[in-house]
Amino acid sequence: MSSIFAQLPQDVPLSWYLLLSAALFSLGVVGFLIKRNLITVFMSIELMLNGVNLSFVTFAHQWNAVKGQIFVFFVMMVAAAEAAVGLAIIIAVFRARATLAVDRIDRMKL
Amino acid sequence: MHLILFLIFAGFCLAGAINLLLQSHPINSALSLIVVMTSLAVLYLLLGAEFLAAAQVIVYAGAIMVLFTFVVMLLNASREDRTRGSRAASLIGFPAVVAILAVIATVILHSQGLGVAKLSDGITTTEELSAVLFTKLLLPFEVTSVLILIAILGAVALARHDDDNAERTGEE
Repeated sequence: MSSIFAQLPQDVPLSWYLLLSAALFSLGVVGFLIKRNLITVFMSIELMLNGVNLSFVTFAHQWNAVKGQIFVFFVMMVAAAEAAVGLAIIIAVFRARATLAVDRIDRMKL
Repeated sequence: MHLILFLIFAGFCLAGAINLLLQSHPINSALSLIVVMTSLAVLYLLLGAEFLAAAQVIVYAGAIMVLFTFVVMLLNASREDRTRGSRAASLIGFPAVVAILAVIATVILHSQGLGVAKLSDGITTTEELSAVLFTKLLLPFEVTSVLILIAILGAVALARHDDDNAERTGEE
């Protein structure tokens, strides 16, 4: 049993991390297209942001650069601000329309 | 060991993301997203980003997702009705997504010089990160605090009940 573990490669190619981040981003885009609830569409956007963050951290590891991680830190702060404002907009839309289905929210005017 | 941890948590990540798409109730989608974000925190730790791993758990899995679940419960969001969606989304959108994923994957797999991640790699300590953040990048950091302040004001202004308007229309 231990010999099997010894034969396993002990390190992970960074391309696997990048592939995972690309997969997460694509799943976020698919969710953005197929979901019909305003909140879930917003969650798909957060999923895309997380996918991109993972690639930033991967490249920061590749080049031993701290600035890549700091960029992720800024993305997190902007995402927090975006989530606060976006969810407030969703509450305002729900108050005006009494629905969260994106198909029925098709007018800009209140 | 690194490989095993990567496979476990990458699997959690992908399973959570796919579950987010498959669930029809928003609260289930929100809980799947929490799984994705927490597994991503472990992956950040594997890549040596200890501060980001903590921030991911606190900010994303904590603050942002609490906000999401709070709004889902506040608005009493029910199951979404499955509609067919627009024809443009199915005709152009999904092939475009597949094409983008294929292009990115091809570029990544053919790129030279990408290294490997080991458990023995050094981690970027919070001290190193803050030394750069609070000296070279101090101005963007301060500007972000103004952004957060504006976001708070905007959220309060958007989400509060418009009592003034209600009273005015009541008087008329």
